[in-house]
Amino acid sequence: MTARQTPLYATHVKYGGKMVEFGGWLLPIQYIGILDEHKAVRQKAGLFDVSHMGEVLVKGPDSLAFLQKVVTNDVAQLADNQVQYTPMCYPDGGTVDDLLIYKRGSQDYLLVINAANIEKDWDWLQQNSAGFQIELSNLSDETAELALQGPLAETILAKLTDTNLASLAYYWFIAEVVVAGKTVMISRTGYTGEDGFEVYCRPEEAAYLWEAIMEVGKPYGLAPAGLGSRDTLRFEATLPLYGHELSASITPIEAGIGKFVALDKGEFNGRAALALQKQNKPQRRVVGFCLKGRGVPRAEYPVIHQGRRIGTVTTGSYAPTLDKNIGLALVEADYATIGQQFDVEIRGKNVAAEVIAKPFYRRK
Amino acid sequence: MNIPKELRYTKNHEWVKIEGSKVTIGITDFAQSQLGDIVFVELPEVAAEISSGSSFAVIESVKAVSDIYAPLSGEVIEINEMLADAPETVNQDCYGAGWIATLEISDQSQLSELLDSEAYAKLLEGGH
Repeated sequence: MTARQTPLYATHVKYGGKMVEFGGWLLPIQYIGILDEHKAVRQKAGLFDVSHMGEVLVKGPDSLAFLQKVVTNDVAQLADNQVQYTPMCYPDGGTVDDLLIYKRGSQDYLLVINAANIEKDWDWLQQNSAGFQIELSNLSDETAELALQGPLAETILAKLTDTNLASLAYYWFIAEVVVAGKTVMISRTGYTGEDGFEVYCRPEEAAYLWEAIMEVGKPYGLAPAGLGSRDTLRFEATLPLYGHELSASITPIEAGIGKFVALDKGEFNGRAALALQKQNKPQRRVVGFCLKGRGVPRAEYPVIHQGRRIGTVTTGSYAPTLDKNIGLALVEADYATIGQQFDVEIRGKNVAAEVIAKPFYRRK
Repeated sequence: MNIPKELRYTKNHEWVKIEGSKVTIGITDFAQSQLGDIVFVELPEVAAEISSGSSFAVIESVKAVSDIYAPLSGEVIEINEMLADAPETVNQDCYGAGWIATLEISDQSQLSELLDSEAYAKLLEGGH
C-alpha cells in the first residue's frame, strides 16, 4: 500500500516537516525537534495535523441502540453537543479500537476512529449493524482535522472567531462555528494532556486554516508539532495508544480504563467477558514504571522478575516534561502494585525498574 | 551540513580523528540531525577490545535506537562520560564535546578504508 498524503502535505513540507509513514499516511514526525515541540505544547501551544483520523457517521432511529451494542461506554449519558471517549470491543473483550463519539442529535452521531483501524472498524460496524435501522457513512476522506493544543490554545483560537470559546467545556463541541471565515466543527478535546481544541474541516480548507492559526499563534509561541511529540505528550498524560496499550488481545479492563466500560447499561459486545474480568480482577494489567538504572525502555522489551518473564513494555520513552525514562508495560497482575520492583531487559541486560502511579503527568 | 576537512569519515556517518595510533570517534552532523534530539548514549567500557564493524555504542533519540559501529579495531582507552548525563551534547557539538570514545587501534591498515571530507560530502550528495 502506498502511503497517502493528507490535505496538509505541502504545508508540512513548507514548514520543514520530516515526513514519515504512519498508519498508511505520510505525516511529519517533527519540524524543528520533538523536545521543542513537546515543550511548546506543555507551555504555550502546538498545532497538529490529525487529518489521518477516521470519521464515521451513524444516523437513523436505532443509532443509540446500535452504539450501545458496539461500544463499552454508556452512550445514553451523552447530551447533544457532548463528546464521549469509549473503547469498542469484540465479544471476547479484546479491543477493536478506542474512539470519540460526538452526539450531534438523537439520531445522529459522529465517531472519530484511529487511522490505522479505519477499514477494520468500518467492516466491524457494518457487520454489527444487521437488524438496526441505521445508516453508516464513512466520512474519513471528506474530513480534515487540526488539533490546537496547549495552555494558550483558547487565546489563539479566540483571535479567529466571534464564538465564545471560554464557555465551551472539556469534551463538548460546536457543530458549526466560523473560524477564519470558514465554517468548521470544533471540540474541546485532544490527545496531549493539555487544554485544547480539535477542528474538523473540509480537506480543501485545511491548509488555509493551518496558515490562519499559525499566523495568529506566532506571537504566542505556537509551534507546528509532529507525530513524535504527539506520542510523547499522550504518553506522559498516560492516554492509551491503540496497538500498544489496547489491542485485539488487550481488554480495556487490563489497560486500566475500566471506567469507560459501563457494565450496568445493558447488553453489549464483550460485556460478559469484561464483567468476569472486572469481578475476578484481570490477570494482567498495564502499569506505569520508572527505570532506576540507565537506559530507555521501548515497546516490546521484556519485563523480567527474578529471571522469569512477567510481561512486555507497551510504550517506553524519555519523558521530556518529567525528565525521566519511563514506560507502560502489560504485566501479570501480581506485579502491578505501586512500588513493585522488576527488571526491563534492554539489549540483553536487565535494568532495574519500579512501578509508579499513573498518570505520569497531569496538568495543573 | 558541516564536514570538517581535518577528519576522516565512514559510510555509517561516523567521524574519526587520527593522532598516530590513537583515534577519537564520534557521529557526523548529518547523523545527529537525522537522529533528532538525542536522549541517551550507551558507551563501551574502557579497556574493551573492539573489532571493526561491531556495534560498540548505542545512541537513542526520542524515537529511534541506533547502533554505532566501530570503524576500526582496537582497545577503548577513553570514553566521553559526560554523555551519560548530557547526551544532548552530541546534537550541540558533534565534532567537539560530543565525541564518543577514543581507541588505541590495532590495525593501521584499516585507516585506508576511511573517507576524506570530500568523499564523505559526495556520499551525502549521492543520497547517503
